[in-house]
Amino acid sequence: MRTAFKTWSVCLLLLAAVMLVIGPVAVNAETPKRGGDLVAGYGQFPRHFNHAIQSGAATATPGTQIFASLVEINQKWQPVPYLAKSWEVSADKLTYTFHLVKNATFHDGTPVTSEDVAFSFEIVKKNHSFGPSMLGPVDRVETPDKYTVVFKLSKPHPALFLVLSPPLLPILPKHIYNEEENGPIRKNPANIKPVGSGPFKLVEFKPGDYFVLERYDKFFRPGRPYLDRMIGRKIKDPSANFIALKKGDFHMALFNSGLRLKQVEALKKMKHLVVTSRGYEGIAAIYFLEFNLRKDKFKDVRVRQAIAHAIDKNFITQKLHYGYSKPATGPIHSSFPWYTDNVTLYDYNLKKANQLLDDAGYPRKANGIRFSATIDWYPGEPDSMDTIAQYLKPQLKKVGIDVQLRPPADFLSWYKRIAGWQHDMTMSNIYSWGDPMIGVHRLYLCNNQKHVVWTNTSGYCNPELDAVMAKAAVETDGAKRKALYVEMQQLLTADVPLIWTHEAPYQSIYNKDLRNVITSIWGSMTPFDKVYWKDGHAPK
Amino acid sequence: MKFLFTFLRKILYSAILLLAVIILNFMLLHLAPGDPVDTLVGEMGGATPELIAQLRVDYGLDKSLPEQLLTYVVRMAKGDLGQSFNYDQPVVSLIMDRLPATLLLVITALVLAIFFGTLLGIIAAQKPKSLFSGLVTVVSLAGYAAPVFWTGIMMLILFSYWVPMFPACGMREVGSGAHGLIYMADVLKHLVLPAVSLASIYLAIYSRMARASMMDVLGSDYIRTARSKGLSERVVVYQHALKNAILPVVTMAGLQFSQLIAGAIVVETVFSWPGMGQLAFDAILRRDHPLLLGILFFSTLIVVGVNIFTDLSYRLLDPRIR
Repeated sequence: MRTAFKTWSVCLLLLAAVMLVIGPVAVNAETPKRGGDLVAGYGQFPRHFNHAIQSGAATATPGTQIFASLVEINQKWQPVPYLAKSWEVSADKLTYTFHLVKNATFHDGTPVTSEDVAFSFEIVKKNHSFGPSMLGPVDRVETPDKYTVVFKLSKPHPALFLVLSPPLLPILPKHIYNEEENGPIRKNPANIKPVGSGPFKLVEFKPGDYFVLERYDKFFRPGRPYLDRMIGRKIKDPSANFIALKKGDFHMALFNSGLRLKQVEALKKMKHLVVTSRGYEGIAAIYFLEFNLRKDKFKDVRVRQAIAHAIDKNFITQKLHYGYSKPATGPIHSSFPWYTDNVTLYDYNLKKANQLLDDAGYPRKANGIRFSATIDWYPGEPDSMDTIAQYLKPQLKKVGIDVQLRPPADFLSWYKRIAGWQHDMTMSNIYSWGDPMIGVHRLYLCNNQKHVVWTNTSGYCNPELDAVMAKAAVETDGAKRKALYVEMQQLLTADVPLIWTHEAPYQSIYNKDLRNVITSIWGSMTPFDKVYWKDGHAPK
Repeated sequence: MKFLFTFLRKILYSAILLLAVIILNFMLLHLAPGDPVDTLVGEMGGATPELIAQLRVDYGLDKSLPEQLLTYVVRMAKGDLGQSFNYDQPVVSLIMDRLPATLLLVITALVLAIFFGTLLGIIAAQKPKSLFSGLVTVVSLAGYAAPVFWTGIMMLILFSYWVPMFPACGMREVGSGAHGLIYMADVLKHLVLPAVSLASIYLAIYSRMARASMMDVLGSDYIRTARSKGLSERVVVYQHALKNAILPVVTMAGLQFSQLIAGAIVVETVFSWPGMGQLAFDAILRRDHPLLLGILFFSTLIVVGVNIFTDLSYRLLDPRIR
């Protein structure tokens, strides 16, 4: 069996090598065809289409089709010209000058100018939930002429290009969204009738039901987009999504769309579908078990280390997730350039775990129990939450910890409990959003202990770590920055304020006749102007 | 005159009921942890406390609870159901968008259940010990016993995937641009599976009820008289007996209409049917109280309306009831 597997692997590797050589040629030989619809079922459906004021993949996925941005980010984490055709960065890394394309127009026909860029910057800085961490270092945005934008920084900002990319900084037309003439931006009717300059424009929207995006004929990239329409439908019950994907009625599913991994496994066997883990490098979602360090029992690092040793991450990823997830080694996702596995790793070792708990002063009592603790989690992700909770209960019993599971009534019940710091342990998930300073620091900064979820709700504080993160946030030299993040990962894994269990098992599922689906670390949150159907239409 | 009085009294009761429904649900929804801004923050993957405070002010959630309730009731008395937090749109327009879908589903299911339930019940009643009668009992009980989401998913697998006769979800082909008869045919095609799933529960009740009541009526004196007059069995059953036998079915249908709307939530979820049930479900999860209260207001109106309609149909069916 093993040999057979090895032979197979060798064959696959050879095949891959051959494909690498002839692959690019084959792709180049195919000229993109115009036409066709792309239909996708959404588990999380957008409420509106303004992702400048609402972060999250549900809004950004259609939003990035409707609004253009200054740059795109490719699969190698590099900025690619989009609305900005070129740029210069000053030697002190404090001035970024962007030159805009001159033929870009909004869907109402007005040209895209530097004024709109400066305006969008203000809106995002003020209203986006990551506004301060994303744009805090930007002091002001100047507009010397209609097609030149200058970002003046108060301190270096290593993630600026990433922040200027489609999911995070959409360019809104000032004449439609400005608050002086059109009222508060959250109440602007254009949020559901958006006007952007992206490849597709919204033509129909039924809240909580469906939306239809249509090709914008005057899109500034000539000949693009190829698709006629993109249609999104809200699907509440994953079974219906599963059947529609199997039948070919739906052509794409993102973030697993609520599908169970068992269903993903079944879809992978379908000949007309591609199932790949690519497309989530930027989101970089990590699941973890968080300790509330305000509770005495978790103050001793040995207790946390013991629990880390008692969890078999491979069982989670291989058995519970059929190999769709990867064990997480620390706070940074392995898709990130700053990742290292040169950290304190916790092997599955019950003996060591028991020893550590004894040393920490929690001996087993007559009934074999050392102490009890609760685990909370939130609903909606059964594979990454519920099944793991059910695994943890008997597992931690083996080292003498009596776990009471607290299944959530609904999302907000969990939210209030965690934001109120009332938990012992909770399972949770965080999106890293392309750069540690945007999505990761918030869990660990001493001064970010807020009564809001996905802040530092564990109550962890390490001034040494804070100093490292502060340096990394202004370090523009790639190698030096990586060294700082290696240090961060080492500090955190030694202290284990959270146990990072696994990297999200998200898959991109799409019809194999679709081309250029994944061209960015942002996966589907990137303009689909280059996506086309092999035959110019969806397969019949 | 007396009828008018009864009618007016019913309306007064309904108004009191409605006010109680609103206040009770407002309170219940506020007992649950979290508010619409928390929902928003959850969706956004976190936010700064400053932004959260600003949002609370924007949505008027910084005011005290009695103040919020009072504002709501006063506005409602003026006929304004307010804005949904979740969709940032007027509640009335959201509901008006969804109401036809729910009514279409529920009424189709009800008609299917009453028509086929009564028909099967009558046929079974004529030969209560026959194989057919037994079969009706077994099938209808199976439909009653199976949870409706399961029936729905089985229908999906059977008639959408294995035998691809019907679409898997939604109410129409999105973006087809169809209108007129083609559009109606499209909606009909989408309607079959959800309506049959929803009807399956009630079919059992109505067929059992029609069967029992028909057997009862068929044993009464006037039927014997009719038969001895030499009338054909068909005339006896469908003209003389049916009117009396169907009364309990009508009562039951009227009483159960509110349950039918509740059942519709599940069916709408399975088939992504864009009805009010879905809207209500999301409104609860997101603590969107203007929307939820608006939906409850309309559902109460419908249920009250149906009850009055049931009363009226008694009078048509049985002139003895005044």
